[in-house]
Amino acid sequence: MIRLRPAARLLLLVVLLLVTFLLAVRLGAVRLEVGQVLDAVLGRGDPTTVAIVRGLRLPRAVQTALVGAALAISGATFQALLRNALADPYVLGVSSGAAVGAVAAVGFGLAVSPWTVPAAAFVGAVVAMFVVFRIAAGAGPALDTRTLLLAGVVASAFFNAVILLALTFADAEAFRSAIFWMMGSTAGASWPRVLALLVYLVPGLLVLLALARPLNLMAVGERTAAYLGTRVARTRLLAYATASLVTAAAVAVSGAIGFVGLVIPHVVRLLWGSDNRFLLPASALLGASFLMLADAIARTVAAPAELPLGVVTAFVGVPFFAWLLRRRPAAL
Amino acid sequence: MGWRAANLVFRYPGAATNALDGVTLDVPPGLCTALIGPNGAGKSTLLHTLLGTLTPRAGEVWLESRPLAEWTRVAMARRVGVVPQGEDAPFPMAVRELVAMGRYPHLGAWRREGDRDRRAIAEAMRLADVEELAERSLATLSGGERQRARLARALAQEPAALALDEPTVALDIQHEMTIFELLRTLSREGRTVLLVTHHLNLAARYADRLVLMHRGRVAAAGTPAEVLVRERVEAVYGWPVAIVPHPGPGPDAGAPQVVALSAAGRL
Repeated sequence: MIRLRPAARLLLLVVLLLVTFLLAVRLGAVRLEVGQVLDAVLGRGDPTTVAIVRGLRLPRAVQTALVGAALAISGATFQALLRNALADPYVLGVSSGAAVGAVAAVGFGLAVSPWTVPAAAFVGAVVAMFVVFRIAAGAGPALDTRTLLLAGVVASAFFNAVILLALTFADAEAFRSAIFWMMGSTAGASWPRVLALLVYLVPGLLVLLALARPLNLMAVGERTAAYLGTRVARTRLLAYATASLVTAAAVAVSGAIGFVGLVIPHVVRLLWGSDNRFLLPASALLGASFLMLADAIARTVAAPAELPLGVVTAFVGVPFFAWLLRRRPAAL
Repeated sequence: MGWRAANLVFRYPGAATNALDGVTLDVPPGLCTALIGPNGAGKSTLLHTLLGTLTPRAGEVWLESRPLAEWTRVAMARRVGVVPQGEDAPFPMAVRELVAMGRYPHLGAWRREGDRDRRAIAEAMRLADVEELAERSLATLSGGERQRARLARALAQEPAALALDEPTVALDIQHEMTIFELLRTLSREGRTVLLVTHHLNLAARYADRLVLMHRGRVAAAGTPAEVLVRERVEAVYGWPVAIVPHPGPGPDAGAPQVVALSAAGRL
């Protein structure tokens, strides 16, 4: 569609990211001008504006961008790894595991500090990851990707049943917060959360980028990849664990935001092809921009009320994706 | 660059019988060897065992006189190019992208293509005659074109040996012959070629050596004239045949050709 060199495309996506970032910081209950934002970042001007920008808008924009990047890159990884266009970051049960953790924390009245629910969600996600892994590994030593996919689907179904059971007995308050959490929101953004996310995202991103070429080969076929020099079992395990941990970290701070991880990699693929060396970083950049934009819309259209982020990502993303799919059907 | 295998035994999980039941064979360097035999004889299983993607229960494989266990996948990929069966990329990909994958064993995860890699890719695409298809998406190619693209990928590895699993299955005469002619050229240039094929007559013309598999064992190995003996072929395939010389003209005149008779030929 747009014929640019890969480096130029990435640069374009970086520019898009910066523009969206500025927009996300400017928009909100109080609309700010670019000058005001810059002043506030430097600590000048109106103290209220400084507090809004430094304490609320910036951490929220950064966290939203990181979550978007994390979901998009792990979605792209799972699609390549499972050789399945329908795979998303949640396909292996990480999100429902996280939801069980969060709902349990809320239900047992553990939501005392801003950290307990995310921590419980993260534990739930990691437990889910191990359960799925155990089920799949029990079926055979080679960790077949189809078995992995099936294990993820049944584990998700089980965790969802657990959530529904817990919600049946939850009080209204716990119910509301659990639902809000399951739809996803970056309203609770803070610098410590950004930091916690970075601890997982930065090494995760590097590992996944190093796996880009082996993942390209594995998309053609696992045997082919082996014949071209890939250590298939190691690549599979590393990609699976890394993408799951990155997803778990994102879900733990922002809930299970849907759609980003499924569709952003497809958008990049439709525009620029499926080479993972480009697809992975490009998905991360576009996912970050897309989620910041969706969050800006979620905060502003019904202000002062805030829409659930997952609703906005679907409302904005689905029509766009349908349009793109109609224009380039042969490419998918 | 040749293989040797001794007493290979392999059984698929849950199977009642051994897919390989004591296979000993020699794939000499610089020649073209064809594995032939009926469906389920163990040809593909043997190929995968020789290439290390299946691990035998017993027996040993040597590649270039070193036990297969001592080879890393990367080291093997630098020496052996493989054209496997049944690839199906779930996402669109251009032919050149596929061929460039052959450089992975030389480049690893990070290094970019250099002049030498680009030359190897261009040369491989020239040999396999897919230069014109470079920018085409794999999904738009015919079966023959796709198979040539895969062959180009294996050639881009700059291997000393090529292994192919039924490279011409479902191809028409022209595409099939193109691939066999190319394999002959590659073999004449000194590469070892090992292929699995159902095509007895092409194997008899283009291979220096045939290995006839039957129920997980080697029924016969040697030159085409030594292996394609009427009684043996009839016993292995369970069908009456006649063995006739290739009528020519051409370099294959006189090569033994298997003609399957009608069932009444049993008489």
